[in-house]
Amino acid sequence: MISASLSMLPAAIINGLMYGAIYALVALGLTLIYGVLHIINFAHGAMLMLALYAAFFLFHLFSIDPYFSILIVTPCAGIFGYIIYRYGIGPLAKGKDQNILLITLGLSIIIENSALFFFSGDQQTVNLSYGFEAFDLGFMYLSYPKVISFFAALFMCAVLWAAMSLTDMGRAIRAVAKERQGARLVGINVEHIFAVTFGIGIACLGAAGCMMLPIFYVDPYTGNIFVLVAFTIVVLGGMGSVVGALVGGFIIGITESVGGLLLGESLGQIGISLIFILILIFRPTGLFGSKV
Amino acid sequence: MMSNFRSHLSFLLLGALGLIILPYFITSRFYIDVLTLIFFTAYLGQSWNILGGYAGQFSFGGVMFFGTGAYVSSILLTTFGFPPIFGIFLAILGGAILGLIVGYMSFRSGLRGSYFALITLAFAELLRVLANSVEFTGGGVGLFLTYAPGLSNLQFESPVGFYYFALILMFISIAIVYWLESSRFGAQLVAIRENEDAAEALGIDTLRCKIYAIMIMGAMGGAAGTFYSQKYLYLDPPIAYSIHLSVEMLLVTIVGGMGTIFGPLVGAFVLHTVNEIARHFIDTPGLSLIVYGLILIIIIGYLPNGLIGAFKKKEKKSESSSLDKNQSREEP
Amino acid sequence: MLSVNNLTKRFGGLLAVSSVDLEVKEKEIVSLIGPNGAGKTTLFAMVAGFLKADEGEINFEKASVVGLKPHQICQLGMVRTFQITQPFAGLTTLQNIMVGAYSNTAQTDSAKKKAEEVAEVVGMTSLLSQGADGLTVAGRKRLELARALATDPKLLLLDEVMAGLNPAEIDDIVTVIKGIRDRGVTIFLIEHVMKAVMNLSDRTYVLNDGKLIASGTPSSVAENPQVIEAYLGHGAAEAMAEGA
Ligand SMILES: Nc1ncnc2c1ncn2[C@@H]1O[C@H](COP(=O)(O)OP(=O)(O)OP(=O)(O)O)[C@@H](O)[C@H]1O
Ligand SMILES: [Mg+2]
Repeated sequence: MISASLSMLPAAIINGLMYGAIYALVALGLTLIYGVLHIINFAHGAMLMLALYAAFFLFHLFSIDPYFSILIVTPCAGIFGYIIYRYGIGPLAKGKDQNILLITLGLSIIIENSALFFFSGDQQTVNLSYGFEAFDLGFMYLSYPKVISFFAALFMCAVLWAAMSLTDMGRAIRAVAKERQGARLVGINVEHIFAVTFGIGIACLGAAGCMMLPIFYVDPYTGNIFVLVAFTIVVLGGMGSVVGALVGGFIIGITESVGGLLLGESLGQIGISLIFILILIFRPTGLFGSKV
Repeated sequence: MMSNFRSHLSFLLLGALGLIILPYFITSRFYIDVLTLIFFTAYLGQSWNILGGYAGQFSFGGVMFFGTGAYVSSILLTTFGFPPIFGIFLAILGGAILGLIVGYMSFRSGLRGSYFALITLAFAELLRVLANSVEFTGGGVGLFLTYAPGLSNLQFESPVGFYYFALILMFISIAIVYWLESSRFGAQLVAIRENEDAAEALGIDTLRCKIYAIMIMGAMGGAAGTFYSQKYLYLDPPIAYSIHLSVEMLLVTIVGGMGTIFGPLVGAFVLHTVNEIARHFIDTPGLSLIVYGLILIIIIGYLPNGLIGAFKKKEKKSESSSLDKNQSREEP
Repeated sequence: MLSVNNLTKRFGGLLAVSSVDLEVKEKEIVSLIGPNGAGKTTLFAMVAGFLKADEGEINFEKASVVGLKPHQICQLGMVRTFQITQPFAGLTTLQNIMVGAYSNTAQTDSAKKKAEEVAEVVGMTSLLSQGADGLTVAGRKRLELARALATDPKLLLLDEVMAGLNPAEIDDIVTVIKGIRDRGVTIFLIEHVMKAVMNLSDRTYVLNDGKLIASGTPSSVAENPQVIEAYLGHGAAEAMAEGA
């Protein structure tokens, strides 16, 4: 049993890496929002689920390939995020940390149950023409979608990083993250920047949803699975740390698949919440972060 | 002030008496069940209220005490034939011990606000996965309890029995919060909620107080677990550690009014009524929860002190004209 | 009563408090002055257990309080107020003061009685039923003082309880502080208002850039060239002028 598991270890690690890249993208959105707004978006998982559905329906109704949908869903998600923060979360929360947590909790309940109401509780998957083709690595087969998703996620992370460091908007966002009051004084519209950041965070989910659909499934509860995963990555990497989110994504991806292999499907999930608890208790600044 | 309190108390006793004799006038099983559920949720909300409303520490994983209590008394019953009427006390103990562990670990490392909320969520999740993977909980298959009505099993043939069971739990929870309102411990919790540094500076052992608060919450949740498992005779990890119950606990309290004696009861009453009415018109899964989510957002945005807070404000406004005069005159 | 030896605190590269020695004797009113950012609040925070010192000893009534938590230090009889007032905003003045009073009694009635007594001493009786969030600056400063006093301290650490008050209010609170000392409470206070410092203190310590640069009677300290330089250098000449 153990030796059989060990021989499958390399495959589990590579699988974990593939998912890890997408997790990193999901966590990147969350950590960006935290780093700039200092708020926790509890609806992150639910919004990811919406993105998965968007990709699903684009495929189901219009036969648009999920990887092509990235170009459609990402900007739409960004606009959705901007609007919902600027005209919903922001004004309602009045700047209180716990209010935001509760409002985004309410939002996640609404999104999840609206999905249940409109889309039913059935699991949905897509069948891509190339879905079952795979690279033969000798010790394992690696399906095309996993590989495409892996590189697409890495590419998106790179694009985001470039945008944050090279564009004016990126600079403004970083200014607000560093010195909120100062930024306000030099005439930056902080509320706008907050909403833009929130929008970018949700846009990450839009892209991640499209990449995840071909290698996963979607149902109204998918968000629940990922909400703790995303928080764990972000806490592991250090709240607000971009590098942390990337590395954390891979660590969690691998932990999950290796944990599943060694401990079995059911107990394998324990890793996520255990890591989350241990990190918060013993190293609340995460592996890379310096502030909480 | 005092006479105000007296009339308050007699009003309360009258209300309590009304609830006690109510089953003699209601013959519909449906209404009895709904009321039972309202009391049960109000009770759980009250447990959340002590830590969240009074001490200001919001938890997203309050269900963990409920689930653990439910497993304690149910496993004792199925494995050792231990009667739940005693088992409920071990469930209470189990909940309190879990509260001690979770509280010690998280408060000692200084977790506050959103971080505390999330770590309780993670603890509940951890326990759910554990309960799913070990043998003695029945794993994913769950635990089936046998139907054997009788006081020693805390099972009742008539739904009225459970009505009184829930009513007693709720009365106890109100008594606990009543005591909090007038005791030093309650004042210390409120001080911690309002400003933890100032509380610590003024000699309050904030860590200890918060741990006591979560232990009380845990103890109360434990008893709720026994109630549930004896009423529904089935338990599995998704039920025992469901996030929905965690949310419901905070929801009824926030809707009714955090840090108030009757907030959870008012909230539970309003939400269950809304739920039943919504179900009456469209019985589709998820609809009532959509409404719950909307209510939560609206309350946070517009009525941060809940329904009771909104009501009190109105009352104050009509009084305030005379009060204002008093104060401006006395100002040195 | 309180003695501090070689107390040091660093924030990253910044030496906020550097090898400070000082002493407060029973029944004294001792003041700690110095320009903005000198490290005064940091020193109080360490003494009261809110910050961990990097080096040094803090003894209260001959016993070390290093490593104790703020509430334990409060229970020993040493309590601080906050420069940036920290009221329990959602509570009334009475409830605020009662929190302090509860440190010596579990009885609600006696805590209430104690709070009312203290309110009398600091002149807040008429504000007892007012919400703390509605208090003026002067009211909040008084509330800080009242809450601390309600714990029945032996030593009160007052951090700028006069900042932001007008001259009449300052005179008021100076009288109150003297009254508290006459009731047997030792007082250690941080203050920028020189007039009050001169008027109140038996002795004064001067902190600059984390280091103690002078100590002695208020008038001798005010004439110390090093002190004048420190103040003038930091553009705090107004503070001196105010005292004159
Ligand atoms: N938590 C902290 N982290 C980093 N630096 C700090 C911290 N607290 C204080 N400082 C720095 O330490 C120095 C001393 O600050 P402190 O508040 O003790 O000064 P102070 O003498 O009380 O000044 P003021 O008269 O303005 O109240 C300042 O330079 C301040 O910026
Ligand atoms: Mg200061």
